[in-house]
Amino acid sequence: MIENLVSRRNFLKGTALATAGLVLAVQLPDSVRRAVAAAGDQQSFVPNAFVKIDGDGITLIMPHTEVGQGIYTSSAMLMAEELELDLDQVKVEAAPPDISKYMDPILYDQATGGSTSTRSDWMRLREAGAAARIMLVEAAAEGWGVPPGECRVAQGVIYHDTSGKKAPYVDIAPRAASRQVPKEIKLKEPSQFRLIGTKAKRIDTPAKVNGSLIYGIDTRFPDMGYATLVMAPVKGGRIARMDEAAAKAVRGVRDIVRTDDAVAVIGDHMWAAKQGVDALGVEWDHGPNSSVTNASIVTEMDEVSMKQGVVVRDQNDARSVIDKAATKLDAIYHSPFLSHSPLEPLNCTLHIENDKAELWVGTQVPVRAQKAVADATGLSPEKVTVNNQLMGGAFGRRLDIDSIEIAARLLKDIRYPVKVVWTREQDMTHDFYRPYYYDRVAAGLDDSGRLVGRTHRVTGSSVFARWAPAAFINGVDPDAVDCAAETPYDEDAVLADYVRHEPAGVTTSWWRGVGATHNLFVVESFVDEMAHATGQDPLEFRRRMLTKNPRGLAVLNLAAEKAGWGEKLPPGRGRGISLQVAFGSYLAHILDIEITSRKQIKLVRSILAVDCGIVINPDTVRAQMEGGVLFGLGTAMFNEVTFTDGKVDQTNFDTYRILRINEAPKVEVYQVESVEKPGGVGEAGTAAAAGALANAIFSATGRRIRSLPLSQGAVK
Amino acid sequence: MKQVTINGNVHDIDVPDDMPLLWVLRDVLGMTGTKYGCGIAQCGACTVHLDGVAVRSCQTTMDSVYGQPVTTIEGVGDTPVGAKVQAAWLEKEVVQCGYCQSGQIMSAAALLNENSNPTDTDIDDAMAGNICRCGTYVRIREAIHSIAV
Repeated sequence: MIENLVSRRNFLKGTALATAGLVLAVQLPDSVRRAVAAAGDQQSFVPNAFVKIDGDGITLIMPHTEVGQGIYTSSAMLMAEELELDLDQVKVEAAPPDISKYMDPILYDQATGGSTSTRSDWMRLREAGAAARIMLVEAAAEGWGVPPGECRVAQGVIYHDTSGKKAPYVDIAPRAASRQVPKEIKLKEPSQFRLIGTKAKRIDTPAKVNGSLIYGIDTRFPDMGYATLVMAPVKGGRIARMDEAAAKAVRGVRDIVRTDDAVAVIGDHMWAAKQGVDALGVEWDHGPNSSVTNASIVTEMDEVSMKQGVVVRDQNDARSVIDKAATKLDAIYHSPFLSHSPLEPLNCTLHIENDKAELWVGTQVPVRAQKAVADATGLSPEKVTVNNQLMGGAFGRRLDIDSIEIAARLLKDIRYPVKVVWTREQDMTHDFYRPYYYDRVAAGLDDSGRLVGRTHRVTGSSVFARWAPAAFINGVDPDAVDCAAETPYDEDAVLADYVRHEPAGVTTSWWRGVGATHNLFVVESFVDEMAHATGQDPLEFRRRMLTKNPRGLAVLNLAAEKAGWGEKLPPGRGRGISLQVAFGSYLAHILDIEITSRKQIKLVRSILAVDCGIVINPDTVRAQMEGGVLFGLGTAMFNEVTFTDGKVDQTNFDTYRILRINEAPKVEVYQVESVEKPGGVGEAGTAAAAGALANAIFSATGRRIRSLPLSQGAVK
Repeated sequence: MKQVTINGNVHDIDVPDDMPLLWVLRDVLGMTGTKYGCGIAQCGACTVHLDGVAVRSCQTTMDSVYGQPVTTIEGVGDTPVGAKVQAAWLEKEVVQCGYCQSGQIMSAAALLNENSNPTDTDIDDAMAGNICRCGTYVRIREAIHSIAV
């Protein structure tokens, strides 16, 4: 989505959101201010929004949130590189909600998503570290009466070798606090990197292997209440009746709080709360969406997709080129609604008082979280303290604040701290789902088998229109068409258009790999169809179309070499390719599968070759590739969210299967060395999964998968 | 009041007999390392050892616990195998979000206590009940093999 967002800066200009963002982006580096902490503590050295040195040591403020992707480690590496510190010398702290300091300059929000974090922070965090180091060295040199240029720094200690003087940062910090922030900052050359590019150990994981890390769901206070809730099973539904007395009779139940569309039971522990909710036996007025089914949604999408949508790319009259082509192909692809289902269910802890409130939560959007509590309680946002916790997964789900908003509405009259934990069942049936997409594609190839024209119409919900309306310009959702309008390949004639369709009774949102995940399944499957329709090898067919994309060709060739492309496969085996340029990174995926004697698909080996530009931590890149591709493969194999009578059919991991260790393939990751600017990696592997899987199935069985997930009997 | 022994410590508790161990650990005793993921024994995040056997604490009611020692993620590091598993998890950088890893480590420790040199199939059999949403399975397998003797 991000390439499109960036390329759409012209659209963004003039909108309130963009203006605010651009002004901030210009102002931040130029601001000249004293580096003293604004509030109180004159001993703190706070040269910028990201570095704080005081009696407690050296603290790095994390502008992006840790959902497991390793950003705390890589962000700390960027700053520590220029601060000349080792990672075990720093503490890290989640940034408070403050968009003026912590806005992601790609997302125009204080948000973590879209694989933008490293791209956003690559310059600013190194500059923040360097600025702090420069000021500390200047302060030390001044105190010693020596030129700053004669000092050096190692492991947070400033040395003046000639005089033998030395001082650690923490001792110099009070004096550095009165210095001006330097205007010109020279960053290290890559050849000087000590930390960047190394497999530095993750800083967040030691506390995750002994149970000591406190996730949002682990928040505890003496005498707090533990709550769980039920929400309307059909969107727009209302509580009709319930038995409060029965719930109150449950041992350990304290209070029952309700709104029109949700009710929570607060107890001494989750078990009491759960039993209390069950005892309520809530009956619902289901409201206007009670007849929604998957079939009704797909029928609507089929209809609206007949008509031309908003044109995103129109180059050289693709339709007539296809009409005249020697080989013509067309197809319809379906991608289902999906649930995020992070393993830590949605939760938050709120302590609302008369004149202030405090929130403990793991959120990808702390400013929105703060506003949600403020709006529900009538407090002003600065009266709401947000304590952002590490997250037990998010995958996009914690980019929305509905769970916080609902909790704040329910608890607005409760004056003791209460933790609200969604059951897995409420979490899965009240997700904001990855949109269902309905794609019509067509292509023409000439008599030499060359692609001459392609059309692609994406029909589906616009997440941008809801989540960031300012980025939904002229009817185009840049995420919905990401990797559909533009491909890695040489293309002369392309028509891509977008039909927005908002299905009744469903809220949609970002889901790992975002638009690229859905479109790459379609495009890379369809490219495979083109190759087979013209009797060409799918690898060679792609290679021929990469004359202007050397980085794309390089990852494709690397993956092919590692996979042993061209060897004859044993019977029952299949091999599929997916290639992408997405999130600023280049990724080729070659997947081997086996059709078992019981006609089941077994994932055998996944080869990923990635060029994500300059690498901060190669082990993090590898981890994100491994995890990302398994996330995508499991989803393509098993997952869909469906509706019956307006209700979600899948309620827990028994009906929404997650890939398990016995089903996971071997994964090999190969990284291309690069000095290009960093690209994103968190979503890339997921986006590369489904196309390679569908193509591998075709290779093994001759059966083309155009609808996900793989249905029972897909390979028979 | 009844007594339950967790990680070698005796706790007096007064809770319903049908209350799952998971919520006693988390909400009554404040041992939050054991995680809630599904509540129906599908995800394994709540895995603990009951008398040395890996069980899903969300489905283990207190009446079946009394009289048997419980080990949780907070205590498994005090056992030789548990300490090795935790160290291997860090050495191989298994962990991403980490939410499932308490359960993964408890299942891995139970496996290695029974079988010090498990095959891939043994690992599959012992670990298939533990979902990892981040997809760290590749490294879980590596880490278990790395401590096999």
